[in-house]
Amino acid sequence: MIHEANTWFAECLSDHGIFTRYLEDHHPAAMSCLEVRRLDWANVAEEARRKNMRFVSLWAAEAGSHDKKALYAYMAFAHLEHRHVLLRTDLNEKDPSLPDISGHYISSVRMERSLQDMFGIRVEGLPDTRQWLKHEHWPEDVHPMRTTFPVDTRMPPVEDALSAGDLPETGYAFIKAEGDGIYEYPVGPVHAGIIEPGHFRFHAVGEKILNMEERFGYVHKGIEKRFEGLTAVEGARLASRISGDSAVAHAWAFAQTCEYAAYLDVPERAVILRGILCERERIANHIGDIGGVCNDGGFAFMNVQMQRLREEMARMHKDLFGHRLLMDTIIPGGVTCDLNADEQQRLAQQTSAIAREVEELRTIYADHPGIQERVIGSGSVSIEDAISIGLLGYAGRASGVYADERIEEAYPPYDRLDVRAPRGELGDVATRVWVRFEEVAESSRLVLALLKDLPEGSLQTEFIAPEAGTSGFDAIEGWRGEIAAWVRFGENGIIDRYAVRDPSEINWLGLELAVREVPVPDFPLNNKSFNCSYSGNDL
Amino acid sequence: MIRLFTKIIKTGNRTEALGKADHATELLGEQLSSAIRKKFQGSLAIREVDAGSCNGCELEIIAANNCYYDLERFGVHFVPSPRFADMLLVTGPVTRNMETALKMTYEATPGPKLVVAAGDCAINCGVFGKDNYAIAGSVADIIPVDAIIHGCPPTPTDIIRGILQAIET
Ligand code: SF4
Repeated sequence: MIHEANTWFAECLSDHGIFTRYLEDHHPAAMSCLEVRRLDWANVAEEARRKNMRFVSLWAAEAGSHDKKALYAYMAFAHLEHRHVLLRTDLNEKDPSLPDISGHYISSVRMERSLQDMFGIRVEGLPDTRQWLKHEHWPEDVHPMRTTFPVDTRMPPVEDALSAGDLPETGYAFIKAEGDGIYEYPVGPVHAGIIEPGHFRFHAVGEKILNMEERFGYVHKGIEKRFEGLTAVEGARLASRISGDSAVAHAWAFAQTCEYAAYLDVPERAVILRGILCERERIANHIGDIGGVCNDGGFAFMNVQMQRLREEMARMHKDLFGHRLLMDTIIPGGVTCDLNADEQQRLAQQTSAIAREVEELRTIYADHPGIQERVIGSGSVSIEDAISIGLLGYAGRASGVYADERIEEAYPPYDRLDVRAPRGELGDVATRVWVRFEEVAESSRLVLALLKDLPEGSLQTEFIAPEAGTSGFDAIEGWRGEIAAWVRFGENGIIDRYAVRDPSEINWLGLELAVREVPVPDFPLNNKSFNCSYSGNDL
Repeated sequence: MIRLFTKIIKTGNRTEALGKADHATELLGEQLSSAIRKKFQGSLAIREVDAGSCNGCELEIIAANNCYYDLERFGVHFVPSPRFADMLLVTGPVTRNMETALKMTYEATPGPKLVVAAGDCAINCGVFGKDNYAIAGSVADIIPVDAIIHGCPPTPTDIIRGILQAIET
């Protein structure tokens, strides 16, 4: 199926006089990449919006050694039936500029700001031109993702750029709100809990939040640049550490993208083990977050119970797969772990035992007025807003957006499973928690089904990199939602560009929308109900 | 409510004796005299600072607080501000964008204070590498460090042992 070209969107565009060229060196054909003229860029986005496509990602890549002196911008959309399509356009390498598409897809803004920071691409008409990943102390003319910028460039010390006593936030033009009784409240980057760093700027009246603005980039650690120059096999270790809670999902997204680029088939047994790993990761994170939401809502009992279950899962992961967080279990070509008959049985037993206990705890949660009062109706994201930003994963499924790559893309092993994703509509904390409870039950069912179906056979196929210039794209349903990944190989099997979009890059916008009108003390439980990644966002 | 209490009773006490460490802790500086270290024993307030981690180390620090490890029984607890912390537990390679925040957190912590760097990234920038434009350095490159805990990530047991070792006399 993946060898069949997806021509639907090309036809839609040609109906509007927009000509496209199908790129042969991009795989898989089913998620085709079309070259368009730069002047058609925004019209393409407009047509995608008209066709009710979801905005997936926006990125850029400088041509590698195989294709001298070029700078390309890419964007990807997904249609419920017709799936993913990528668009590429050629930019003037000396003075690159790109039309803005945020008029059609608001979620593109931060990605466009990143293009300005990292590639020096001017986005014409971008409504928000503030630097995003590059904080104020970065020299303006430095564009780390350009090939002329070596990864090990030493940047000037931060102190030199800040005047004495200045906070790094001082130079950032946060949205202003003025009026009687409005106060501004900065939080972070160092937060009160044991969580990742980021900055939230609140405007509030009394105890109600008027607006919350996110400011990120604090954990930007040059991940995409770091991938350049690695082989696919070396890259797997880094991919596992893009976001530590999504070790499986990111490693899978990376591995599968490389495999698609190389048209490499993965052994059946490895495919099924990947599914098991990913569903276990989903269960562990949902359990942890349900506990976290309850804790922030003052219901410590539930947190203690949920963290206990999560610990039991981590121990089994260490035992069976060698790592508590399942890092380094997936590599391009297969997996690095296996399960013997006895281990399969233990895993099945624990999975059903945990699912049973979670159901039992769910009835206690549902009967507890204290926590119910906090979660019901708090932090709603409307269906219209969710569609407009393309909310992903459980956050989307709580707000009427049911994108699930396991169902739509149905990559193996999900092609043989009938995945049932919960469908919520109210979009509040309670619904996001409900979706997570449902997903724990569903993922447990999937793990058991996959364990029953584990065929004999090898665990890895040797990864043979494709020809220089070949690119691959895929979309994996990680526990947070769709991870979209694009890779391009250069000479000798070396990666010359890896662009990955964690679902958090989209879902963080959902949190901003959710907490308007919410009392300040309810911010933490709202935040936890989304639990977006900072590391996956900042890369 | 009755189901809640039944569950508590059925679950029982799951806390275990502290197990063996998977990864080693190394003590570095001799900044605090043993007399002061001793004073921290029994009541140590920690501020956790993620200076650029992948979040893996945070998950394991959170796990050190679960009922199996129950870090608090050793008189160690996490606090929401550096202003009343005795120790900073720092994870991740220090990114260029977190360098100032980390220094400010260190300065905001009253002396005498201890710094423990947890995880391979905090020690040597791990997979992200020191030779990286976005990274300012390891934790010790930015602030004085008293102890380092190896592991990617260190296990909850490693973390607890590391913290306790840092305050042992
Ligand atoms: S040491 Fe490992 S787990 Fe910890 S932050 Fe670094 S990569 Fe993540």
